[in-house]
Amino acid sequence: MPDSLPRGQLKIYLGYAAGVGKTYRMLEDAHALSRTGVDVVVGYFEPHGRKDTIAIVQGLEIIPRRKVAYRGLTFEEMDAAAILRRKPAVCVVDEFPHSNVPGSERGKRWEDVETLLEAGIDVFTTMNVQHLESLNDQVWQFTGVRVRETIPDWVVQSANEVVMVDLPPDALLNRLRRGAIYPLERARQATQNFFRESSLEALRELALRQTAYEVDLRSEQEAQRAALRAPAGTASEGNVRPPADKILICVSDDPATAAVIRRGRRVADYLQADCVAVYVQPGNGASPLPAAKREAVEQHLNFARSLHIDVRLIQGDDVARSLVDFARLNQVTHIFMTRTEQAPWLRMFHRNLVQRVAQLADDMQVTIVSKRGLARTPQTETAG
Amino acid sequence: MAQSLTRRADPDKLLRFAEAEEQHDRRGRLKVFLGYSSGVGKSLRMLNEGRRRKERGEDVVVGATQPSSSPEAREVLQKLEVIPLRIVDGQQPVMDVETILHRHPRVCLVDGLAYDNPPGSRNAKRWQDVEELLQNGISVVTSVNLQYIEDRREQVEKIRGKSATQTIPESFLQMADDIELVDAPAASCLLHAPELAEGSGATEEQKRLSELRGVALLLTADVVEHRLEEYLKRNGISQTWGTQERFLVWVTPWADASAMIASGKRNAERFHGEIYVAHLAEPDLSPAEQSVLRNNLECAAKAGARAVALDGVDEVDVVLQFAREHSITQIFVGHGARGGLWQRIFGGTLDRIIRESDGLDVRVFPL
Repeated sequence: MPDSLPRGQLKIYLGYAAGVGKTYRMLEDAHALSRTGVDVVVGYFEPHGRKDTIAIVQGLEIIPRRKVAYRGLTFEEMDAAAILRRKPAVCVVDEFPHSNVPGSERGKRWEDVETLLEAGIDVFTTMNVQHLESLNDQVWQFTGVRVRETIPDWVVQSANEVVMVDLPPDALLNRLRRGAIYPLERARQATQNFFRESSLEALRELALRQTAYEVDLRSEQEAQRAALRAPAGTASEGNVRPPADKILICVSDDPATAAVIRRGRRVADYLQADCVAVYVQPGNGASPLPAAKREAVEQHLNFARSLHIDVRLIQGDDVARSLVDFARLNQVTHIFMTRTEQAPWLRMFHRNLVQRVAQLADDMQVTIVSKRGLARTPQTETAG
Repeated sequence: MAQSLTRRADPDKLLRFAEAEEQHDRRGRLKVFLGYSSGVGKSLRMLNEGRRRKERGEDVVVGATQPSSSPEAREVLQKLEVIPLRIVDGQQPVMDVETILHRHPRVCLVDGLAYDNPPGSRNAKRWQDVEELLQNGISVVTSVNLQYIEDRREQVEKIRGKSATQTIPESFLQMADDIELVDAPAASCLLHAPELAEGSGATEEQKRLSELRGVALLLTADVVEHRLEEYLKRNGISQTWGTQERFLVWVTPWADASAMIASGKRNAERFHGEIYVAHLAEPDLSPAEQSVLRNNLECAAKAGARAVALDGVDEVDVVLQFAREHSITQIFVGHGARGGLWQRIFGGTLDRIIRESDGLDVRVFPL
């Protein structure tokens, strides 16, 4: 590979709802940089008809959007190629989790941003915490919304800076009522899910804790780099890492596997553990899996790969034994699996997979990830 | 299923909440901008909020300014009515509470909450001046630097290596109607302190600032969590929303749980979560069993866990009820515990915990 430019720096403005002021803060910073003579352009900007936001973009160079035709309609997307040609020092990109319209060169805006970073362009971008992949189940649990446009956690972890844009929910709801965030009709609809006061507080807490985690992570990485730079023998006691954890995620065709993958990934990140997803294929003698089940397994494995989880396929007729043997051979400390649903009468005669794994893996921890149901929310609660 | 996780609140409690709220309505509202260091932009954010409120027609005055404000802040101040601080020869300036009360605006901006007033002042501390304004129905918007919060002083001193003498109790923040965190990368604070931004000390200073930043984020998260709990209580809901990880380690008199507790402690630290160690109070324990339990509880105390003894007949019901009441997200249980062949066949404790633990993860340990 030829010597390339150093990768651009990524800065994420993290919020917890539309209207907390992420875009505004980002553009303020862009202006401040521009005033000091840095070459800043706006690569994508979503005004949402918000007065303050539209006013603050004035004076910054905006790269025109690319028009994409899809099913007889015209959509506008960020023009990554035009930005690469223009090659600014810093590019401002709103709405990091956006999915591009089918037929675009890349499926996701974060993938477009990746190409800008690779070309040595610094990027400022915005996102809400509910778009983080590993929080998807929890967010669904208390908002009732299954967020579709998600960002893998590793993408956020790879950012150079994550800054929290905070605003108390009271103030946010005031903005919503004044029509400053959405047109009033849409504002009324919004109060049904994310914009319930309780949901907002919960999302805000998640965003604060996530930012604290991101700050910690960068300090630790910095300390580790410093320890590597330090001459041998001078590293202080505090830098010694605890014994390494290794997490194994058990993959099956069960739809709950997606939640186990998210949870396992999140715990692995927080414990700084390695993470591997394993599927036990039926042995040679067994009949092949029906197509629908095979497809479900394939989807789960791809999902694990997209979260940068190492994926392994092993063969065996006894799933529990194969799994635990693999785990032991690979120094796994911790197995994550979904609960096996079983009819009560079956329980009397038959030991289920969880029981067998827990029994065989008597030198490891086994986490059974719960089924999370939709939480009850106050019926009368509204933003109005 | 979700219904089983919730409990209706007691009507008397709801009434008490309603009364407390009414009491609250006569007071001014307190909003605090919290920053982890000077230079994050608290004052500017606060002043801008004042300016926007004034533009929307609210009666806003500035009750206190800080001497070291930025050019941007001074520009915003031009657009606001300022009630000057009172300065008595060479002493610390004092907010002119009398004039503010007399002027009686709807909103008073107080930049810098953590000031001691000189001896002989109306109140010893500026936060007490603010309390007086609130009691008189004037809303206050103020800014606070994390290092001045009493309850975080020890933690902050350890990081900064120097102490703050002027402090505000954290309860004053808990009482605030709104708290807004002003976050910024550590490097941007250093831009405001060029003497620190260069040379060999810069990395150290940045590390310190990052730690303070983490403390401020988590402090705000705790305030928000507290508020969310109150809110759910008011609406008669008690359930696990999982916004903070909370670990429950279930110990018994039959197995040494020290490894499990150590793991719980590490997990709680990594997740900035909380850890409880609970057991079922059992009357007729043998001396050997008592000693195992005692060791487990000593271990819990050393790990800084909250230890609780629970009463009840059915172990599984007791542990799951406690878990739900305390918003636990993960239960740690040992494998072995009690239970021979009979229990294995007809569903042991462990199986039931796994089966009935909707909403919580169960982590089984090799004990």
